[in-house]
Amino acid sequence: MSSSDPLRDPALCREVLGRIEEALQGRSLRFMEVCGTHTVALFRSGVHSLLPSQVVHLTGPGCPVCVTHESEVAAYLELAGRDGVVIATFGDLMRVPGPGGASLKQAVAEGARVEVVYSPFDALAVAKANPGDKVVFLGIGFETTAPTVAATLRVAKAEGLSNFLVMPFHKLVPPALDVLLADPEMSVEGFMLPGHVSAIIGTAPYAPLAEKYRIPSVVAGFEPLDLLQAILLMAEMKRQDKPRVVNNYKRVVSDEGNPTARAIVEEVYRPCDALWRGIGSIPGSGLAMADAYKAHDAFEVLGVELRESPPLPGCRCGEVLKGKMPPDKCPLFAKACTPANPVGPCMVSTEGSCAAYFKYQLDLA
Amino acid sequence: MCLAVPMEVKHIEGEVADVEIGGVRKQIRLDLMGDKPQVGEFVIIHAGFAIRVLNREEAMETIKIFQEGWNLELV
Repeated sequence: MSSSDPLRDPALCREVLGRIEEALQGRSLRFMEVCGTHTVALFRSGVHSLLPSQVVHLTGPGCPVCVTHESEVAAYLELAGRDGVVIATFGDLMRVPGPGGASLKQAVAEGARVEVVYSPFDALAVAKANPGDKVVFLGIGFETTAPTVAATLRVAKAEGLSNFLVMPFHKLVPPALDVLLADPEMSVEGFMLPGHVSAIIGTAPYAPLAEKYRIPSVVAGFEPLDLLQAILLMAEMKRQDKPRVVNNYKRVVSDEGNPTARAIVEEVYRPCDALWRGIGSIPGSGLAMADAYKAHDAFEVLGVELRESPPLPGCRCGEVLKGKMPPDKCPLFAKACTPANPVGPCMVSTEGSCAAYFKYQLDLA
Repeated sequence: MCLAVPMEVKHIEGEVADVEIGGVRKQIRLDLMGDKPQVGEFVIIHAGFAIRVLNREEAMETIKIFQEGWNLELV
């Protein structure tokens, strides 16, 4: 997309802003986005600062690094310390603090072998290059990432690459939204639904939520006009009292999603309960290895267990992820906790709410 | 890690495609595509895998709705 793209047309964006004001008719709209890329796009595009004051933007649990639970971090850090193990991971996890502030970065300084990869598929090359070691890919990410890891596992199995293992920490979005909406303290009036998660799962999984909680929800893209259109549609649905799921990112998201990707996930994984940072266990919100793939399950093969791990002292990432506290209201924000020296994961990841606030909101102050 | 970017398909061999945008070339996997993309089409890439062909007509259609009619009557 170039800067001359109609999805960035300033005149059109201004017009949509006016329409939002009209649709609101003086009422408020508290909406939450549940995608780290939306968090960043809302700030970077300037849309966040252009919104009328009645529109309150909350960031939700949409950053895969941020929702990775403390005990999951403790588990992979324990593994990183073992002989004969090479960790392969997306770079985002390198600085996520675990118990006592330890991280993969620190583990490397202490001799751990960690390879940062761009694609799960690249981790297969690491496994081939280290035949005498177990190469463990840390399978974090939502419905968009899970199929990429599952497809990689399928190739590993077909090629008999027995030293390629995965620690599945995947999280599924709709069960988390259900838990958030069921919370009596939750005050969200609209959801900006994740674009690329929806490219995989389609729009059907959100429909029961829109019906059960009568919440306007819009699948949105990431250009300025996409973001503004989504907010306008939420405001319109509220005004017309017709809450439902609208797919406003049809150039990428079809209503049925990507059945091939879903079939691969169903072959390799099975649903399980999962731990979310700040939220706790959510039934059916995770993916565990299916029996046919147990030989590639790091938990099984290397005997790793998730153990109770205390939250980081003073860190309020959990409340930020639930939309109950804006990042800048955390007592540690921009003081003890900065991108250069993060206390919690929401400040570590470039998609984290705290990192976005630090980068974009402080500039405005 | 969630960044998904559109890139143009330049060459396909089995489950592997060469893609390019703005002079940046990459090799990506097509395992998640039921209908394989054609050379010249744009695909959305996530973590080294194509997850969907970008539908330009749909993109233009969305813009047109907002440019012309502003018809937001929700069914």
